[in-house]
Amino acid sequence: MADLVAVLATTHHPFYYRTSQLPPDQAPPFAAEWISKIATYRETLTRARPDVLVMVGSDHFHQLWLDNMPQFLVGKAPLYDANWENEVREFGMPKLLLRGDEELSAYMLRQGLDKGFDLAFSNELRIDHSITCPILTVRPDADLPIVPIYTNIFAPPLPQPERFVQLGRTIREIIESWPSHLRVAVIGSGHLSLELGGPRQFGPTGPDPEFDARAVEWISNGDIDGVLKNVTLDSLHAPGNATHGFMDFMLMMGVAGYQKADHADSLSLFHTMEAYFTWYPNPHLLDAPSSLTTPGGRA
Amino acid sequence: MSKYLVNKFLYTIDRDHELTERYRDDPAGTVTWWEQEMAGRILNCITAETTTWLSFTDAERTALATHDHVALFELGAHPFLALTLWIAMFERDFTEPLGMQLDYAEKLAHVRMPYPDIST
Repeated sequence: MADLVAVLATTHHPFYYRTSQLPPDQAPPFAAEWISKIATYRETLTRARPDVLVMVGSDHFHQLWLDNMPQFLVGKAPLYDANWENEVREFGMPKLLLRGDEELSAYMLRQGLDKGFDLAFSNELRIDHSITCPILTVRPDADLPIVPIYTNIFAPPLPQPERFVQLGRTIREIIESWPSHLRVAVIGSGHLSLELGGPRQFGPTGPDPEFDARAVEWISNGDIDGVLKNVTLDSLHAPGNATHGFMDFMLMMGVAGYQKADHADSLSLFHTMEAYFTWYPNPHLLDAPSSLTTPGGRA
Repeated sequence: MSKYLVNKFLYTIDRDHELTERYRDDPAGTVTWWEQEMAGRILNCITAETTTWLSFTDAERTALATHDHVALFELGAHPFLALTLWIAMFERDFTEPLGMQLDYAEKLAHVRMPYPDIST
C-alpha cells in the first residue's frame, strides 16, 4: 500500500511569492523572517521525500461558479494549468503547469464515492492560488504530480465543519488503502481569521488575533474535539468574513488525526496570521532533519 | 433581490481585462450594455440558450452604475468578488501600498455585525 509520509496544513498568502522575489533593499521589513520560516517549513516536506502530492484548496470563483457549484471536487487530469489572469495581475503569481496523477485521482473518486462523499470531478481544471501558493512555498520546483481537491468555503450554503473533518479522515483512509508503492503527502491550505472586502480588511494584524491564537492551539495539539465544539458555520462569521477558509485547516486535522503537530510555526503579518503545521504519520519513513530545521518547530 | 446576478456581473467583468477597463471608464454604460446583452448568458452556452428572466433591481443597478462598493456590500454582493474587481480598477490610483484597500475598508467602517447575508 502507499505510504502517507507527511501531512501539511498551511495558510496561503498570495503576496508571499512576490515578496520573496524582491531584492533585499526593496523588500518590506517582515520579508526576511517570513522567507526564513518558509525555508524551514519547506524542509519538513523535503525530508519526507514524497512522490505525489494530494493538494487541498478552494477555488476562488475562478473555474467554479454559482451556476454549477460543487461542495467537494477532485481533479482527474494528466496535467493542470495553474494560476489565473487576475492572480497574475493582482499578486504577480506565475503561470504554472503541474503534472497530475490520474490513477490516484481515479482511486480517490471511486473510494470517496463508496465511502459516502458524492465527490464532483473535473477533467480540465485550471487550479488557483489556494494550491499554487503551497506549491511555491514548499515545493517550488513544482516537479511532483498532484491530485487537487477543492472544497467550497466560499459560496454558501457550505458543508458543516464536521464534514470537512470527516472528509479529511476519509482522504487518509483512501491514501492508506491505495495499492501503490508511492509515498504520498497531503498538503492543505486555508486561513485563520480573515476579512476580505469588509471594514476589518488589511489591518495591522489579522482581524481576530484571539481566534488565531486558539486556532493555532487546536491545530498544534490535534484537538479535533475542541475545534468541533467551538467552531460552527455561524461562529466563523465573527472572526472575519472570509474565515470559513479555516475549515480547510479542519479538513487537514481530520487527515492528521488526534496527533500533535511535529512542526508548528506562525507569523503575525499585516492582514493575517500565517501558520504552518506538519505531521508525520510514519516517522520511521523520514530522512534525518537537515541543518535548515530550527527550534522554531518541533521537527 | 438578485445577488446572483450582481455577483455574475462582478465575476465576468473582473476576469476580462477589456471589460474591467470599460467598467472603470464608463460604469453606467457598461452596466446598461451588460444587463441587456450579457446578463442572461449561461457561461459556455450559445446565445440561443440565453436565460430569459434575469435582471437587476433598481438598487443593484444604481450601485453598480455608480461604483458604489458600500451599497454593494449592504446588498449582499460577494465581498471577495467586489474587492478583487475594485483592486483591478482602482489600486493604480493610490500611491501608498494597500492604500486602495484601506480606503475601501474605511468607507465600510460604519458596518456592524452581522454583515449582510451573501447567500445566493
